[in-house]
Amino acid sequence: MSTAKYLTDSDLPFCKGCGHLLVARNTEKALLKLGFDPLDVVLVTDIGCHGIIDKSFLTHTVHGLHGRSVALAGGISLGMREPGKKIVVFIGDGGATIGIQHIIGAAHNGLNMTVVLHNNMLYGMTGGQPSEFTPCGFKTPVQPEGSTNEGYDICELISAAGSSYTERVLGIGDYSDSLAAAFSTKGFSLVEVMEICPSFGTKSNPGLKLSSLVKDAGLEVKVFKCTNKHRSHSFIKPTESNLCSEEHLIKKIFETNLKGSVSVSLAGSAGEGIQLAAEFLAKAAMKSGLHVTKKGSYPVTVGVGFSAADVIISSDPIDFTGILWPDVLIITSSDGLSYARAPAAGMKNGKILIDDKLETPATEAEIIKVPFRKRVGEKNCSLYSIFWFLNTYHYLPIDALKQVFLENKISAKISLEKMMEV
Amino acid sequence: MHDTNKKRKTAFIDGSRLITESCVRAGADIFIGYPITPADLLYKYAAKRYPIMMAAPDEITVLQWMSGFAATGHIPVTATSFPGYALMIESVNMAFMMELPMVIILVQRLGPATGTATLGAMGDLSVVNGTISGGFHLPTFAISNMKDCWDLPTMAIETAVRLRTPVVLLTSKEMVMNLCSFDISKLEDISKKHIKTFEREEEYYPYKPDNDGVPPFLPLTQNKYQVRLTASTHNMKGILQNSSLEAINNTKRLHNKIINHLDSFSFYEINEQAGADTLVVSYDVSAQAARKAVYELKLTGKPVSLLIAKTIFPVPDVYMDILNKYRKVIIAEENLEGQFRQILFGKAGRRGVSGVNGIAKMISPEAIIAEVLK
Repeated sequence: MSTAKYLTDSDLPFCKGCGHLLVARNTEKALLKLGFDPLDVVLVTDIGCHGIIDKSFLTHTVHGLHGRSVALAGGISLGMREPGKKIVVFIGDGGATIGIQHIIGAAHNGLNMTVVLHNNMLYGMTGGQPSEFTPCGFKTPVQPEGSTNEGYDICELISAAGSSYTERVLGIGDYSDSLAAAFSTKGFSLVEVMEICPSFGTKSNPGLKLSSLVKDAGLEVKVFKCTNKHRSHSFIKPTESNLCSEEHLIKKIFETNLKGSVSVSLAGSAGEGIQLAAEFLAKAAMKSGLHVTKKGSYPVTVGVGFSAADVIISSDPIDFTGILWPDVLIITSSDGLSYARAPAAGMKNGKILIDDKLETPATEAEIIKVPFRKRVGEKNCSLYSIFWFLNTYHYLPIDALKQVFLENKISAKISLEKMMEV
Repeated sequence: MHDTNKKRKTAFIDGSRLITESCVRAGADIFIGYPITPADLLYKYAAKRYPIMMAAPDEITVLQWMSGFAATGHIPVTATSFPGYALMIESVNMAFMMELPMVIILVQRLGPATGTATLGAMGDLSVVNGTISGGFHLPTFAISNMKDCWDLPTMAIETAVRLRTPVVLLTSKEMVMNLCSFDISKLEDISKKHIKTFEREEEYYPYKPDNDGVPPFLPLTQNKYQVRLTASTHNMKGILQNSSLEAINNTKRLHNKIINHLDSFSFYEINEQAGADTLVVSYDVSAQAARKAVYELKLTGKPVSLLIAKTIFPVPDVYMDILNKYRKVIIAEENLEGQFRQILFGKAGRRGVSGVNGIAKMISPEAIIAEVLK
């Protein structure tokens, strides 16, 4: 057994008769049995009477937010991969109420820590309000007739979630062996220490014995069977060493006479290649030595509704990536038309290329009807609209677009000749 | 004429790539994410690039895990939008109190509440300004163009590490999701930032500051000195105190260490035109429109000066010096009533100060020009 000290010599800061004092003493005893260097131990506490103990511990101490100590300890555990370290979390039943997701998550993910849940069945620090751990019938100052709800059985919950070691003990006498068993278990472990708060629990329930209270609540005092194998949380490992590598470069190959800027808005349906078509147009412009921006717009659902994109092509650097009214508006579907009615209505000039089966929107722009969907089908109509646009109006060399097309794997599935039909 | 084009390396990329690469090169080694639009790309790239990337089950856990990682000597980053940031706020306060370095990238979208996830906005300035209870400042930077996507993340990390504080990097949907042609040949090299650690042979007090007001750091991984971290009011040892003089002075130090170093992280772009009596001020995505408006006004013979604020909080003193030089000040920002304008000038405002504001669409250069010419 180690002779190290884990607690200061000063009195522990708890009310007379409080079971929290025994938790601290038993924790020290369990750590002594296991021989941890005090500074290889991190005690994480949070808000509640249990949390005022950290000043008495000679380990590292971290005092966090109400109910979040398990999540905080999770980060410490994940960041501390050195062997021989021990992370102990003290939390109350109030903290476990607000932070129960963290406890279940830590058990589920096998995060390396031992949670010592000080369950005195009420919020002691704020006046004895019932928690989600208050057993049915247990009286508190705010429910003098007794709680009408059943409390959580946290041990059953976290055993099911994957805790590697789970035990419920009565917070009386020496239970350091139970704590030592939990401390020496790899992965997530929890010991629920049952207590009655002397300030509010005892006074509200005079004569009530802890053992009978726990028994009547249907809470078994035992080591719970681990129902899931220990798991350890894994990190997502990097796959790239430079996100801005030369593979993203696009070199100027083609010449263009375009001066100033042209804004092109595409409006169609999700799943019909609007974003890809806009990127092709932008890349073709870059291959022609121009500056570009491409902005996508879509509803929050990914696969349905409209899909729209704004492409600005310019011989000068582009400060502003927004488009007030586009110079060219391409509409390939009824979803696109619904979305594009507003910009169409605002266009005083420019061109609107619209599928010939769609109604003509209100606008002062020139309307050009093209059978985009009929020629190539709905799946490729957006891409085709870009080819048709450049083949007809020559804003950019069509060879630039062809090259972008051929460099993309989509060219294996779609006929370039079909795209080039006007 | 010298052809600089030959040296160009023009990539077709989005700002999220630059931000992620910049963070990692500056030393950020862990990204903890919870998915949210429009921060999606930052999450996606994080999974490819950070030495460690973790998916947390919620945004409170994100900040708690980040704090745990920071306490063990890592430099964590996350990216979120308002709904996620709202959940993080109490934990940001904890990290601020514990003096844990980290960067939170806040990609703004249209609110209130869940609002429209796929529409950009600049509506979270007031929330960020009021994040820390008591009026303490989180250093906050706003990205105004692609180059900032490279420069400011590393500044954010440098500030977080040097001052041991969470830092907010403010941006918005268009800044991080738009693709554009961008010359990457001029991106400056980025060096790794390291937190100042305690290396003296004397007793260690976790909250005893050096002369710069910042306590040297020791990670929980070492076992030479005891480390106490706490979110509650505490003395230099990290022991909870009610309101002892030492503890309250420590709390005041959290404010002073930020304010006293403000000059070292005051980043802005100023373009002062001779003869101009009007100053256009902007930040974040509306800076794009402001730059274009001022350029076009110059072409028409109307000189207008331009201030692009990159350090948003604390507001650098130099902004006041600049603002006071102009009879007419126009602040362009994509929110309802001009949050930055109210922070700079208060509810009462000042004669000659006006805003160009709006929601659900980008502030246009035309709107700014109209306000200048009004």
